[in-house]
Amino acid sequence: MQDFGHAFSLAFQLMWAADPDLMEIIGLSLRVSLTAMTISCAIALPIGAALGMIRFRGRGAAIILLNALMGLPPVVVGLCVYLMLSRAGPMGWLGLLYTPTAMIIAQSILITPIIAALSRQVIEDLHAEYAEQFRSMCVPTRTAIAALLWDARYSLLTVALAGFGRAVAEVGAVIIVGGNIDHLTRVMTTAIALETSKGDLSLALALGMVLLLIALVINAGVMAVRMTAARFAYA
Amino acid sequence: MLDVTTAYEHGPTVEATEQELSPVLPCEVRGLCFAAGGSPLIDKIDLTLGAGGVTMIMGPNGAGKSVFIRLLHGMLEPTAGEIHWGGRPLDEETRKRQAMVFQTPVLLRRSVEANIAFALRLHGEGGRARCAEMLEEAGLSNKSSQPARLLSGGERQRLAIARALAADPDVLFLDEPTASLDPASVQLIEEIVFSARDRGVKIIFITHDIGQARRLGDDVVFMHRGRIMERAPTPRFFDKPSSREAKDYLAGRIVL
Repeated sequence: MQDFGHAFSLAFQLMWAADPDLMEIIGLSLRVSLTAMTISCAIALPIGAALGMIRFRGRGAAIILLNALMGLPPVVVGLCVYLMLSRAGPMGWLGLLYTPTAMIIAQSILITPIIAALSRQVIEDLHAEYAEQFRSMCVPTRTAIAALLWDARYSLLTVALAGFGRAVAEVGAVIIVGGNIDHLTRVMTTAIALETSKGDLSLALALGMVLLLIALVINAGVMAVRMTAARFAYA
Repeated sequence: MLDVTTAYEHGPTVEATEQELSPVLPCEVRGLCFAAGGSPLIDKIDLTLGAGGVTMIMGPNGAGKSVFIRLLHGMLEPTAGEIHWGGRPLDEETRKRQAMVFQTPVLLRRSVEANIAFALRLHGEGGRARCAEMLEEAGLSNKSSQPARLLSGGERQRLAIARALAADPDVLFLDEPTASLDPASVQLIEEIVFSARDRGVKIIFITHDIGQARRLGDDVVFMHRGRIMERAPTPRFFDKPSSREAKDYLAGRIVL
């Protein structure tokens, strides 16, 4: 228990002193996960919107598949990306393995189904409200999708941040494709895993606290945005 | 069954030569039927709607009024029969020359101005001047930047009508737009309707309000059980309704 207390104390010291190693790890984590979230939103939001408003044969199966993909095991995704990017793989010539780009790819694959599935539900609910009006106004499908995405933006922000939360807290995939290389691909989760295995709990705890802090800040931010939107009746 | 095309002797009181040029009018309905769940909701309707003026559609609840205008607007597919606008079957181009306002207005989660701007952009128009003009007509100029969802019931309905008119339609369908509104809001909406009618827009207006039908209507179509029981110029309909159902309705009796 004494060690535990000591570790906490050291963790606070590292954070208070803005330890360069710690800051580098936090910076890379945020860069990788925010980039993955942005890429995933660009892919998943139109997919979610299309699934939410367009009726076609096989839509039910597509939704079931999308929902199932929300539970993709990170290590499996990591392994697949590893096989694709390894020297012998079809995309080996890109030389991306063990780079932050590989980690971004893995995280994007992981969170795209999450963002698509959750946004599909948001858009479907809003579309149920708008559908008759849009049909009356002869709104083209692409315009309707854009309008739905815009008008649901506050709800979709929550969806995007749910994806970010999943990405930043993920360890299985990034450790396989990133390799946890110091000063290159070491992010918060992989560092926590490494430091814990080494018995250096102070750095692991400091990183863990930063992760929790990020989660708190993000949730508070989302809550504030949604409350503001609700107050002004845009949500 | 009553042939309303021949029964209607007088044209609308509003003479409008420009309206006659509208490529989507007149509207001719022949043998129109619509059924849902095995029940006929619209039963062999024949009707001709000329250009211009305000046609009021009246009838007890469940008469099929809303279904009928949805069929006319192409939002529902008829089970049988034909609808021709300007001599052509209803198509996308014709539908773009029409607009509809529902009893409960559906407003975008945007500002008042953005709701109008959305409709203007859809029709390749734009510009704040046109937007301001529409808001002025709806009496909403002072609320242009306010979120549409914070408007009162009457304001929301005025915004919905202004948005519909932003598309510069030849035909405007209004499905009980003044239901549950206070008299002042009703008057404002009626002024907007008059103004649109004077510009040559054909108005097809569903209402249960007899006073409103008298004030606004050039002619009245009375429906019951999915059929048109009677069609007549407004004064004649209210003074001498010819069908038993219309007499009962106007007398406040249950229509059987």
